[in-house]
Amino acid sequence: MSVLVFAESTGGALKKAAFEAVTYGYKTAQVLGTDCVALTLGEVENPGQLGTYGASKVLTASDLTLNDFDGQVYTDVIGQVAEQIGATVVILMHSSTGKSLVGRLSARLNAGSAPGVNTLPTNDGAFRVKKNVFSGKAIAQVEISSPVKVLSVMGNSFQPETVGAEVSAEGVSVNVPARKVTVKEVNRVKGTVPLPEAELVVSAGRGMKGPENWAIIEEMAEILGAATACSRPVADTHWRPHHEHVGQTGVAIRPNLYFAIGISGAIQHLAGVNNSKVIVVINKDPEAPFFKAADYGICADLFDVVPKLNQALKDFYSNN
Amino acid sequence: MKLLVCVSKTPDTTAKISFNADHSEFNEEGIQFIMNPYDEWYALVRAIELKEAAGGTVTLINIGPASNDQIIRKGLAIGADDAVRIDCQPKSSLFVAKQIAEFAKEGGYDMVFCGKETIDYNGSEVGGMVAEYLGQPFISYATEMTLDGTTATIKRDIEGGKETIEVATPFVLSAAKGLAEQRIPNMRGIMQARRKQIDVRQPVAFDDLSTVVSYEMPPAKAECKMIDPDNMTELVRLLHEEAKVI
Ligand SMILES: Cc1cc2nc3c(=O)[nH]c(=O)nc-3n(C[C@H](O)[C@H](O)[C@H](O)COP(=O)(O)OP(=O)(O)OC[C@H]3O[C@@H](n4cnc5c(N)ncnc54)[C@H](O)[C@@H]3O)c2cc1C
Ligand SMILES: Nc1ncnc2c1ncn2[C@@H]1O[C@H](COP(=O)(O)O)[C@@H](O)[C@H]1O
Repeated sequence: MSVLVFAESTGGALKKAAFEAVTYGYKTAQVLGTDCVALTLGEVENPGQLGTYGASKVLTASDLTLNDFDGQVYTDVIGQVAEQIGATVVILMHSSTGKSLVGRLSARLNAGSAPGVNTLPTNDGAFRVKKNVFSGKAIAQVEISSPVKVLSVMGNSFQPETVGAEVSAEGVSVNVPARKVTVKEVNRVKGTVPLPEAELVVSAGRGMKGPENWAIIEEMAEILGAATACSRPVADTHWRPHHEHVGQTGVAIRPNLYFAIGISGAIQHLAGVNNSKVIVVINKDPEAPFFKAADYGICADLFDVVPKLNQALKDFYSNN
Repeated sequence: MKLLVCVSKTPDTTAKISFNADHSEFNEEGIQFIMNPYDEWYALVRAIELKEAAGGTVTLINIGPASNDQIIRKGLAIGADDAVRIDCQPKSSLFVAKQIAEFAKEGGYDMVFCGKETIDYNGSEVGGMVAEYLGQPFISYATEMTLDGTTATIKRDIEGGKETIEVATPFVLSAAKGLAEQRIPNMRGIMQARRKQIDVRQPVAFDDLSTVVSYEMPPAKAECKMIDPDNMTELVRLLHEEAKVI
């Protein structure tokens, strides 16, 4: 019996969300009275650091063909390791990779699953976890009855905690099946913080009037070290690139801080952002629905207020 | 070319969500149901386009009760050729996937299309499960797809970017925004759909391994604190000292 965490990496570097997943795995293992084992796939730099976040053992399957993602191959390899160590809970991140694996792995292991969980499991005879449903309008408690369980952890629900020390990683022997998917090209947006992982997000909508006015938004993102995002009509009219579109049909995010500037707060927009820890809304219409979902609101013309806010932020960062 | 499209039913996004008295079930009363947008706008339309270009059939499958027939009819009106409904009230994704896979095995489909997720439970699971049961590749979050003989080139969303992959049929795909343009059913389609049969079948036995046991509402959000537009220093102070996010 143990908890197995698949710790994702990009280009050989472990993701921050992988540290979150390991901390979640560590805490889950505590609830269940067992230990947490982390697994990395492909070539990964310094996997032993996962020990600091709570893995008592780090296993590496460093076969080079695992550098590129293939859901069928990854599932098979993670499945083999889960079986080898007798894992009762397998934990993934709720990232695009994790989401592509969670269903597949649960079918492979004949395990009940819960995707996108944001609480630790209960241990009162039944294994129950919670997740958001109906675009964040409700919370569901899911009970898993099978001996093996597969979970994916919602990003930013658990912060990485330093609870242990580095360990030395051990190679694990697995059969890597032939891949059926060939990766031709990977294009990541360079130079900026990837939106799904960003802790701070500056987002703007149709209130901006046109793409030529975005300099103040980009300036704010730069001061904060934040990612930029936008509402759907803004992406649809090509004012901003599609990968910035957040909401029900776009990316769902969960940053610590979300600035919504000139965005009305339609339910479909809120669906992708209402799990942000803190929401600041700037809108000139006091009736804008977004104020109902906000923690802090500024009712004013964004073209006046954003430059003032940028100045205040600059002052803050130069003094801190 | 034989194409299978998995369609599900979800409450309209603007629906007001409530539960029964003991919070064990979602209250369907007064709810307007729609076809899951990813299934309708992207998965189904791309499948129909492929059929239009290369010939073949598009079959719809839904796992659900008779009240789902309205959604299936809409799919037929948009241009699917025929449909099957596995008659039951599904409680878990694995159960749904098992039913789809059992049906798909029999039919020998070149491709199975799903939506990227259902907008009610946001599971994003069923496609991968079906692929595993069928022993086929699963390409998630496809935003573009071209087919050359039996080789598909697919662009898919990944964290902070896009990936282009190549894969041979048969495979399972989940559709995201961009894969196709939404089609509105026309009168002719609606009339033709009335004459198309929905094949209703019984589910194969399968135990649920995970189920929703209760629902709750998220904690109410505290009142929004309004800040004086002329005092942005105050906002920055609050974000730092009170909210502790910068
Ligand atoms: C099925 C479906 C799915 C959808 N999915 C999404 C989705 O994923 N994401 C999404 O964002 N939308 C989505 N939408 C669209 C959504 O319903 C809204 O239409 C959209 O979010 C509105 O974008 P907006 O707030 O930028 O624009 P608007 O609604 O036009 O709002 C602009 C806001 O800016 C304010 N404003 C204007 N000028 C100024 C100024 N000078 N200073 C300050 N404030 C100003 C206005 O008061 C207004 O509140 C979806 C819709 C449907 C039907
Ligand atoms: N009851 C169902 N019947 C048919 N297809 C379904 C059903 N539930 C989910 N699907 C398909 O699986 C996709 C992903 O669903 P989910 O894993 O629930 O997010 C959906 O977009 C549908 O294509």
